[in-house]
Amino acid sequence: MELILYTLANFELLFTRTLEHIALVGVAVGIATLTGVPIGIAITKNERLARNVLYIASIIVTIPSIALFGIMIPVLSIFGHGIGYVPAVIAVLLYSQLPIIRNTYTAINNVNPALREAARGIGMSPNQRLRLVEIPLAIPVIMAGVRTAVVLNIGVMAIAAYIGAGGLGTFISRGISQSDPRQLIVGAVAVSVLAIIVDFSLLALQKRLTPRGMERDASMA
Amino acid sequence: MIRLDSLTKVFDTQKGAVVAADHINMEVPSGEICILLGPSGCGKTTTLKMINRIVRPTSGKVFIDGEDTTGMDTQTLRRNIGYVIQQIGLFPNMTIEENITAVPRLLGWDKAKYRERARELMAMIALEPDAFLKRYPSELSGGQQQRIGVARALAADPPVMLMDEPFGAIDPINRAVIQDEFLKMQQALKKTIMFVSHDIDEAIKMGDRIAVFREGKLVQYSSPDDLLADPKDSFVESFLGSDRALKRLNLVKAREIATRDIGTVSPEDSLEKALAMSDDFGYETAILMVNDQQQPAGMVMRSVAQTTKGYCRDHFQNVPAMVGLDDDLRTVASLMLAHDITWLPCIDDQGRVCGQVTQRALTHHLGSRFRAQQGNPMSTAPISEE
Repeated sequence: MELILYTLANFELLFTRTLEHIALVGVAVGIATLTGVPIGIAITKNERLARNVLYIASIIVTIPSIALFGIMIPVLSIFGHGIGYVPAVIAVLLYSQLPIIRNTYTAINNVNPALREAARGIGMSPNQRLRLVEIPLAIPVIMAGVRTAVVLNIGVMAIAAYIGAGGLGTFISRGISQSDPRQLIVGAVAVSVLAIIVDFSLLALQKRLTPRGMERDASMA
Repeated sequence: MIRLDSLTKVFDTQKGAVVAADHINMEVPSGEICILLGPSGCGKTTTLKMINRIVRPTSGKVFIDGEDTTGMDTQTLRRNIGYVIQQIGLFPNMTIEENITAVPRLLGWDKAKYRERARELMAMIALEPDAFLKRYPSELSGGQQQRIGVARALAADPPVMLMDEPFGAIDPINRAVIQDEFLKMQQALKKTIMFVSHDIDEAIKMGDRIAVFREGKLVQYSSPDDLLADPKDSFVESFLGSDRALKRLNLVKAREIATRDIGTVSPEDSLEKALAMSDDFGYETAILMVNDQQQPAGMVMRSVAQTTKGYCRDHFQNVPAMVGLDDDLRTVASLMLAHDITWLPCIDDQGRVCGQVTQRALTHHLGSRFRAQQGNPMSTAPISEE
């Protein structure tokens, strides 16, 4: 009861924080997609490079977010952005690389060799093969990677409140510092609900982006 | 025309260099189907794929219609060669129309032209354009997909087609149907086709010529009939199978062994005459009765003629079987076996009796080439192990 009253009383703030949260994750994963997909495609040409890139991306994910923020504060302070928006976005950007690069790499690599041979055989150039065949076929798996990145980083972004990035994490950090369970619980529940809703929305988007003839395959991805 | 000049492929593997195709020289005349035949790993597929550079040749040249393709741009070369593969390889993200028009679109045809072409192609492969063009490959059966695969290869009307076991993944019944359809199309299209197969029966059925490969070498290159009648060495012989004489049955038409000396009676003849005619022509069980238009009317049994008096018109049975001049010898042999008879009347296009095919003529024809080799030391020479 107390929680509901608190939520209603602070509804506007909750809404603003949610938008902030979405904007932070959205921008970061958006940029991560723009870098991760081309990297994922590029490394299909070279197996050794692929191993190394995926290795580095995996190491990045193992760094605890608090530690990553800690490392970035002195570095980014040089540019006057030690805390706040910029380090939060950079952290999410880095964490998103692994799922996006890995899924892109796997999806392009797993395109049926017969289709690749057919595409070569009818005279498509490497770029045409990529654009007309390989990427459309890889879309479901690439999108699954983006979804993973988003959901993973909605959680990470909650911690970014400690470096003043805003978002729903503010409720949690204040709840802890002010020993206020109401704020703590509202923040935690809001983050979880947001993650679930966004996941389903992206799933719907993934289905829309999947080429029509492949809908049967996509449900397995 | 496709000409291969000393075409060679050496693969570097961990176990050392493997020669997949060793100085292959051959020529396929325009409008003919050449089957590349051999066990797996014999180099037939590698040879085929070097023509459109899916496999890059180590050395040697490929000429298409007299032109050396070595200097040609790879994409241009491929767009001018139809390519059909066993796994079909239709793009699942594209509709049937997009799949079929893939090459014309790469070649930059305008929309009206390639859409028109798509409808033409669908008519050619006997699939209803309105029902299929907007559908996706996953909605089609295997046989339909492979027809679309063939249509895609034909889209830009290339003079040359390469087919890599195109019908290998289709069930036997549909395969026979598609093979027949394809041969019919080929009669009109007259493409120069290289066709990989490991199925000797398919090779005999489809090929104007057959090239037999073994361990990267072209062992024998001849017409199906010559191949079956005169295999060059014991490898080819064993590959063709011990029933190779029977396989020739498909290749020879009744016309080639039919003789005109058929004895017939008319309904007005007496049974006595029928018996005499049977003796003259050596028919052991029955003689054919024809009407005044020379059409078969019935069989007069020898046993009946021996024991009864009267006229043929009152004592005849149905004709058990007949063959047309263009039926193949497999049909002839099958009818003889089915009806336990040693000769069959032959009828022409108008249904008139024009001769007969005897079991003797059949076996004589099939065996003549084999016997011709006997006493010829070349034919029994052991394979030269190179």
